[in-house]
Amino acid sequence: MTRFILARVGFGLLVLFLLSVFVFVLFYVSPSDPARIIAGDKATEELMAQIRVKLGLDQPIYVQYLNFVGNLLRGDIGFSYRSGLPVSDLLYARVPVTMSLVFGAVVLWLAIGIPIGIASAKHPGSLRDRFGQGFAIVGISFPTFVLGMMALFLLYFLPTKAGVTLFPPGGYVPFAEDPLGWAWHLILPWTTLALVVAAVYARLTRGQMLEVLGQDYIRTARAKGLTERRITYTHAFRSAMPPLVTQLGIDIGLMLGGVIVIEQVFGLLGVGSLAVTSVAMQDRPVVIAIVLLGGVFVVVANLVVDLLYAVLDSRVRTAAR
Amino acid sequence: MSLSTSKPPAPRLATPKTAAIAARNAADVQLRGSWSLTFARLRRDPASIGSITVILLIVAFALGAPLVAAWTGHGPTEQFRDTGLSPSGIPVGPSAEFLLGADQLGRDVLVRLAYGAQVSLLVGVVASIAASVIGVVVGVVAGFFGGPVDTVLSRITDLVMSVPFLLCAIALVAVLGPSLPLSIAVIVFFSWTGLARVIRGQVMALRHREFVEAARSLGASRTSIMFRDILPNLVVPIIVYTTLMIPSAIVFEATLSFLGLGIVPPTPSWGNMLADAANGSLYLIAWWMVVVPGGALLALTLAFNLLGDGLRDALDPAASKGGKGA
Amino acid sequence: MALLEVSNLVVDIPTEDGTVHAVQDVSFTVHEGEFFGIVGESGSGKSVMVQSIMGLVAGARTSGTVDFRGRNLLALGDEAMRSVRGREIGMIFQDPLSSLHPQYTVGWQIVEQIRAHEKISQQAAKARAIELLERVRIPDAAARFDAYPHQFSGGMRQRVMIAMALSLGPALIIADEPTTALDSTVQAQILDLLDEMRREFGATVVMISHDLGVLARVADRVMVMYAGRRMELGESANVLCSPAHPYTAGLLRSSAFNREPGTPLVPIAGRPPSLLAPPSGCAFAARCPDAMSICSERPPLRRYDDGTEVVCWLEGEPGEPPAPELPPAVEARSDDPAADASIVRVESLRLAFPQRRGPARVVLDDITLEVRRGETLGLVGESGCGKTTLARAIAGLVAPTAGTVTFDGHELSTLGRREWRSLRRRVQVVFQDPFGSLNPRRRVGSIIGDPFRIHGLASGQGRRAEVQELMELVGLNPEHYNRFPSQFSGGQRQRIGIARAIALKPELVILDEPVSALDVSIQAQVLNLLDELQRTLGLTYLFISHDLSVVRHVCDRIAVMEGGRIIELDDADRLYRDPQQPFTKRLLAAAAPEIPRTPARRRLVRTARPREAGPAPVLLPERAIEGARR
Repeated sequence: MTRFILARVGFGLLVLFLLSVFVFVLFYVSPSDPARIIAGDKATEELMAQIRVKLGLDQPIYVQYLNFVGNLLRGDIGFSYRSGLPVSDLLYARVPVTMSLVFGAVVLWLAIGIPIGIASAKHPGSLRDRFGQGFAIVGISFPTFVLGMMALFLLYFLPTKAGVTLFPPGGYVPFAEDPLGWAWHLILPWTTLALVVAAVYARLTRGQMLEVLGQDYIRTARAKGLTERRITYTHAFRSAMPPLVTQLGIDIGLMLGGVIVIEQVFGLLGVGSLAVTSVAMQDRPVVIAIVLLGGVFVVVANLVVDLLYAVLDSRVRTAAR
Repeated sequence: MSLSTSKPPAPRLATPKTAAIAARNAADVQLRGSWSLTFARLRRDPASIGSITVILLIVAFALGAPLVAAWTGHGPTEQFRDTGLSPSGIPVGPSAEFLLGADQLGRDVLVRLAYGAQVSLLVGVVASIAASVIGVVVGVVAGFFGGPVDTVLSRITDLVMSVPFLLCAIALVAVLGPSLPLSIAVIVFFSWTGLARVIRGQVMALRHREFVEAARSLGASRTSIMFRDILPNLVVPIIVYTTLMIPSAIVFEATLSFLGLGIVPPTPSWGNMLADAANGSLYLIAWWMVVVPGGALLALTLAFNLLGDGLRDALDPAASKGGKGA
Repeated sequence: MALLEVSNLVVDIPTEDGTVHAVQDVSFTVHEGEFFGIVGESGSGKSVMVQSIMGLVAGARTSGTVDFRGRNLLALGDEAMRSVRGREIGMIFQDPLSSLHPQYTVGWQIVEQIRAHEKISQQAAKARAIELLERVRIPDAAARFDAYPHQFSGGMRQRVMIAMALSLGPALIIADEPTTALDSTVQAQILDLLDEMRREFGATVVMISHDLGVLARVADRVMVMYAGRRMELGESANVLCSPAHPYTAGLLRSSAFNREPGTPLVPIAGRPPSLLAPPSGCAFAARCPDAMSICSERPPLRRYDDGTEVVCWLEGEPGEPPAPELPPAVEARSDDPAADASIVRVESLRLAFPQRRGPARVVLDDITLEVRRGETLGLVGESGCGKTTLARAIAGLVAPTAGTVTFDGHELSTLGRREWRSLRRRVQVVFQDPFGSLNPRRRVGSIIGDPFRIHGLASGQGRRAEVQELMELVGLNPEHYNRFPSQFSGGQRQRIGIARAIALKPELVILDEPVSALDVSIQAQVLNLLDELQRTLGLTYLFISHDLSVVRHVCDRIAVMEGGRIIELDDADRLYRDPQQPFTKRLLAAAAPEIPRTPARRRLVRTARPREAGPAPVLLPERAIEGARR
């Protein structure tokens, strides 16, 4: 078991290493010049050369990379080319927004998707099942930003024009300041994100449940005289869980990138919108930091899934003893 | 190690999974060809018929884009600031002149929609096919040869899957400059992994099936086993998966364009039309700017998803009740 | 006293292809305290019937009545039915591994059942569960309470299932093929345990099986089912020793354990009717050697004075069709007439799979064996004994760790690529699973033509002609050349596999459990076909099976395997008469005994016309049945 975890951690570090190299090389081959970005259009060659020396940009790329890694290990991610602020400060301001968005959306999509999937699977072919499947396929087909724009139009703009303010147009209020305002500001982005992802979970849950419900041990559970409720949840859903957990790990891991579009539509100043602006401004330190943060997210989520899997599966658990 | 343990005796006599299946097994097998059966099943499914119709209509619309432009007299990038914009600079809504309204520069949304459909379909189909070719090759090679080849390919697949792809995609596009080929390349790069995993799993399972063992005992070569025994059994997952990959590729492209990292304006694509609409929240007063391309995008992805589901049910009826699975 | 009374039960199951008439008008009574057996081949509707009685078949449409302790189970509401299940009727299923939830401990699962029906504390339930585990003789029950199903062996798992079924002291236990998935020596133990528990708990048992031999051992009364209908019902000694229905008689004639070795089996010709459109008359008429023209009408129910009930038009004893004639045997083929008598020699063969941790797992250990040209050598053993691996090693499909396999003088491990390929023409394998061994996406013609294609021997029209000739030879319709395997039944598929194996006129054919996945009547057809082919083509067979009675029937010599070793090898007769090893003795003891055929001494009491014929049963004149014709 320990060996397995070590292998997974090693693989995670490899992912992070390759990601950082990728971004580094990417910006190295980029035609734009960071010195020009920092100094502005009217800067003299002299000034730009000074900046390059200061940032170490005159060094060969591998030296730059080693310096970067060395700084990283000391906890220093660098400074933004644009604003000159430490990247850590920038992230520190943005991460809570993104985390709030992801957290609420995850709760919502599980709460919507899994019950729909279970209800569908219990009576395949029924009206309820058709409805659930219809929801799932529409949800899967909906591009997030289209749904978000429609939500804003229907739930913010039209009511506001009619004189009723149901929801704010966007923005963010920290949880610590005003928990209700926090939720109120986030409810539209949460729902938008959750509906699209919930569709995936509804389908996955339905498929898993159908497979499990066809197993012999479910027939045994019925023959034992258990209630349908107990059969569905204690027996069937218990076995359907591991693939859902895997999927959840993958989805949460990729969320840091996935929320970019939602943040754009709802004007949330999170990590995603920071990524978009930094990319547009060729702000290399910030982009590297965000991509690596995204990578850490994925790696940690996968590790948690692997551990959970071992807990959930008696066969893995007993083999590890 | 299936070699070492002989199978439990008499599985066939045993009660299969459910009594209903047992009953069906016992019932006579009817004589039907597999392709005609597939088409018969598809024809009976109204959702598949509807989605094929929608796809064909959108394809015709895309191919007929120059005709639409000629008929309306509006080019896709032509700006009609006099007729398409109100005096205060607000785009006009659907009218006799602009059937689906105009955008913020006074361009005809209908014409741009038609040209945008070309981009969506092109990206969707090309990227999916390319990604599925890569996925199938990687999956088959990894599954068939196993051992170190499998380890290396599987690790690479895991690696690509562990990349926060949208972040990397925007970084890549921002640095190299947006373009159609780059969009396709990026989509392909991040899309092949799912199919590769599925195919690898299938090949590994097929490799241990008795009919492969039978072919081996007849003296069949590896190539013969791969192409005659294994590949025909992969046709269903490949077709279904590729079909289902098309809508995600279309959405991926639209997302890139929406972020300003896909098709370079003024060339129309549904994604950058939506970006225009979102710019300064213009769509809140010019609803057609989001409803038209957004609706088209939804209709196309929905049609492909429904078709994928319908194909799966028709090609593999045994699995259809089990949903998509893992 | 009647505990369960089933009257005119009909079960229809709607499917995509149409309605499957799984059970048609079946009536029977189970008396309190008896061991009631239901026997039938696959598709006879026996499992569907008991499961629909319990309300376990989703979507089934039922009619008729099932009277259990004064209640009609078919009319009970969900909640009332739930309290019957598990509490008053316990069930045991075929595969104990898949029938137990893999993620919960066995103790948890037993406690769950107890607490679903009784208000009782966790501790008390646990104490009772441990006691139950002890009574079904799970060693160290208190400790095993917390073990998961996968940590038990197959037989132990089935004991757990039995303990669970008994946990609430049900009046009736329904066991659906409880021993089919188990090795034969374990089978006997489980049957004995079931019988013992029945006496101890005072329960009634209804057991379903496809295996006449198993039921003959334990059942007080048996009911024979075919194509969703009941054929015959009565005391098991009467039914099995002097069958009154031609179908029962046919089943007994085609069972290998019930025929002298060396005499051909008498298969029941043809295959069961489609349950989508069952015949309106007797379902068995199309395959019945005693069929008359009246058999196209619904047969009457005849009751005899010994309690036997038969649904058949026949008034006398079923006839005895002649055994099929076998062609004379030709000399075993050999390319080299001077070749020695043995075709395969295995010397000190050892095969071990390296494990990730710990020492390598030894699958085959020091095996020395010789297969003589023209003989049928049987390889018997229980699951996991290494018999299939040995067959694959002899076929050259797995490389041994040590030792040699020599085929006709050539040592396999030294063969070059070309020689190996040419060896592939001389050794062929027929696999166990007729569903898994044929590629589902290829047509039968191309499957049987594969050997010709691979070895570049015939193509186009020539190959087609060869294939059709082979299809004819194995008893398939050559017009079905373009069909897919899924369009054939299990027995037909096995014929396809055999056709492919004999296509290139091999010298040695390795038969890996070739009939164990088939129904008894189909088994007999395939075994006879194999016998016929061996005689006409001069083949040598290596016959692998877990079923001693089949092996004894077809083999000249038998090798018994246990734990990767051959523990005994002798002539079939001698091994049977005088086994040396304790394991062989156990194996023999567990095998089904021959059922003696005794002449019937019974008088017809009553003949009831089928219901449609009139409101009340019409009594026909009584008539005594004379003694047996044999």
